[in-house]
Amino acid sequence: MSALAKSVEAKPLLSVRGLTKHFPARNGRIVHAVEDVSFDVQRGSTVGLVGESGSGKTTAGRALLRLVEPTGGKALFDGVDLFSLSSRDMRAYRQKLQIVFQDPFSSLNPRMRVAAIIGEALNARGFPRGKKRAERVGELLTLVGLSPDHASRYPHEFSGGQRQRIGIARALAVEPQFIVADEPVSALDVSVQAQVLNLFGDLQKKLGLTLLFIAHDLSVVEYLCDEVVVMYLGRVMERGPSRLVYAAPRHPYTKALLATAPVPDPTRRRSHIPLHGDIPSPIDPPSGCVFRTRCPEAIAACAEIVPPVEPIGGGHHVACIRHNEKMPDWSLK
Amino acid sequence: MAAISVPLHSEPNILSRLIGRPTSAAGIAVLVIIVLAAILAPVIAPYAPSKLSIASRLHPSSLDHLFGTDDLGRDVFTRMLYAARTTLSVGFAVVVFSSIIGTLMGLVSGYFKRLDAPVSRLIDAMMAFPDILLAIALVAALGATAVNVVIALGIVYAPRLARVVRASTLVIRELPYVEAARALGVPTPIILVRHVLRNVTSPLLVQGTFIFANAILAEAGLSFLGVGISPDIPTWGTMIATGRQYMDQAPWVMMFPGAAIVVTVLSLQLVGDGLRDLLDPRLAKDI
Repeated sequence: MSALAKSVEAKPLLSVRGLTKHFPARNGRIVHAVEDVSFDVQRGSTVGLVGESGSGKTTAGRALLRLVEPTGGKALFDGVDLFSLSSRDMRAYRQKLQIVFQDPFSSLNPRMRVAAIIGEALNARGFPRGKKRAERVGELLTLVGLSPDHASRYPHEFSGGQRQRIGIARALAVEPQFIVADEPVSALDVSVQAQVLNLFGDLQKKLGLTLLFIAHDLSVVEYLCDEVVVMYLGRVMERGPSRLVYAAPRHPYTKALLATAPVPDPTRRRSHIPLHGDIPSPIDPPSGCVFRTRCPEAIAACAEIVPPVEPIGGGHHVACIRHNEKMPDWSLK
Repeated sequence: MAAISVPLHSEPNILSRLIGRPTSAAGIAVLVIIVLAAILAPVIAPYAPSKLSIASRLHPSSLDHLFGTDDLGRDVFTRMLYAARTTLSVGFAVVVFSSIIGTLMGLVSGYFKRLDAPVSRLIDAMMAFPDILLAIALVAALGATAVNVVIALGIVYAPRLARVVRASTLVIRELPYVEAARALGVPTPIILVRHVLRNVTSPLLVQGTFIFANAILAEAGLSFLGVGISPDIPTWGTMIATGRQYMDQAPWVMMFPGAAIVVTVLSLQLVGDGLRDLLDPRLAKDI
């Protein structure tokens, strides 16, 4: 949590402002996948990007790396707007920002040996071929908790957790400053999830990495993240230091998410706040606050204006017109 | 995002699994015999392929002439062995040529969204012509030589391969390992070859086998219709075309090359079926 103290003055490594991504849909309609998302990521910190499936969190992460071209907004990385770079200039930046994918099976080319997969990354940053490269591959594998002997194997010879480690090694091979981890543990067995999460924690300490950790599960993020950004239907609902967001969630959506997260303490009870129905279609999002159709606190005014993401102190921001009103706190009983 | 099944795993022991299937094993055995016979034609053949013998015109099968002789007294068995060389080479060349064109078209239309519509329409347009008609038109325009037959049939079969490659490319393009390569800044041509092409080889192999069979039939058809390879060069097709005139007196002149085509095509289809079942069960049964 040391990043919290610094966060007030220090210049963030990545500053996202008004990130928007629209996809064309049939009949000339538009999918509003990500709408006006802003947040900062401090150097050396971990920011969790949380939301249900369909909240646009993955698209936001991919747009930051320009794996999908963003429709609008800015992403200042060390002061340079990634979105304004030509695709040629972006190639030079690609190695500073890497990504670890959710699905450990389709994220590794089944026809390439581990040495070739990591070697491709080394190649991308101009690492010379030869004996040194083999050594470097071995070092990277050791770094992620595998053995250098694994280099000569094919991906299908590994378990999901091991494959995820290979994916991490590939990302680390270019010595990035910033890694987007796109739900890197949600496809893994529960017993393996903790190991991979610990690996991220260790690597961050060892290498001074900055992480954007995308997850649909607040409990995973709580363990790892200094700050949390909660997204719903492409928009930011609430963001701030994890401590504040977890202890005193201000947005009804965050409260509902916290209420549905399993608590490993049988004596502590959280009442259940049902979120009715499914997330609405991003082709035709609700007017005003996008969450109002499922919000237990919605009033008529919620349909009128899009609530701005307002600071409420300590770096905590919330997008709810009723955040100042006394609402029943159903998150803890 | 649900786990996407990674298609087309390479199986190192694909050949041994293929041989484990009786029908495929039979197909492979026959093909091996035919290919060996073609390669060893000068050793096996009892006569020279164009040795005329007016005295022994249209002789039926005998110990001297296993499959009889043709209208110029040439040994049918000998000519079939040499014809196999041309027929198989043409078939193989068609597979290679159409694979190159088809793969290029498929990769381009599958990977680059902007080029998809124009290339796909071109593929549709090419497929709108009946195969043999398009081949006849092309050979007529280019001239009836072996090379032109290969070019014509290559163009005829390329769209099928293009479709198969495009369909696989569309899937693979979205897979995370391709995104990972893009995130690393790997240049697009290298991504296309290393990540996409390498993972479409299985359906290509399956389609290639079927196209081999079809190309042999089509080449025979073209020769039979007189727009194929010149009748001086023995192919199974030209042999049937000349034998046709003596069908009543000497049916063996066209029967044996015809049987060779049937057996070869059948074997290729059996191997293709086996490959498809092992590598890519999603492909339609008939091409």
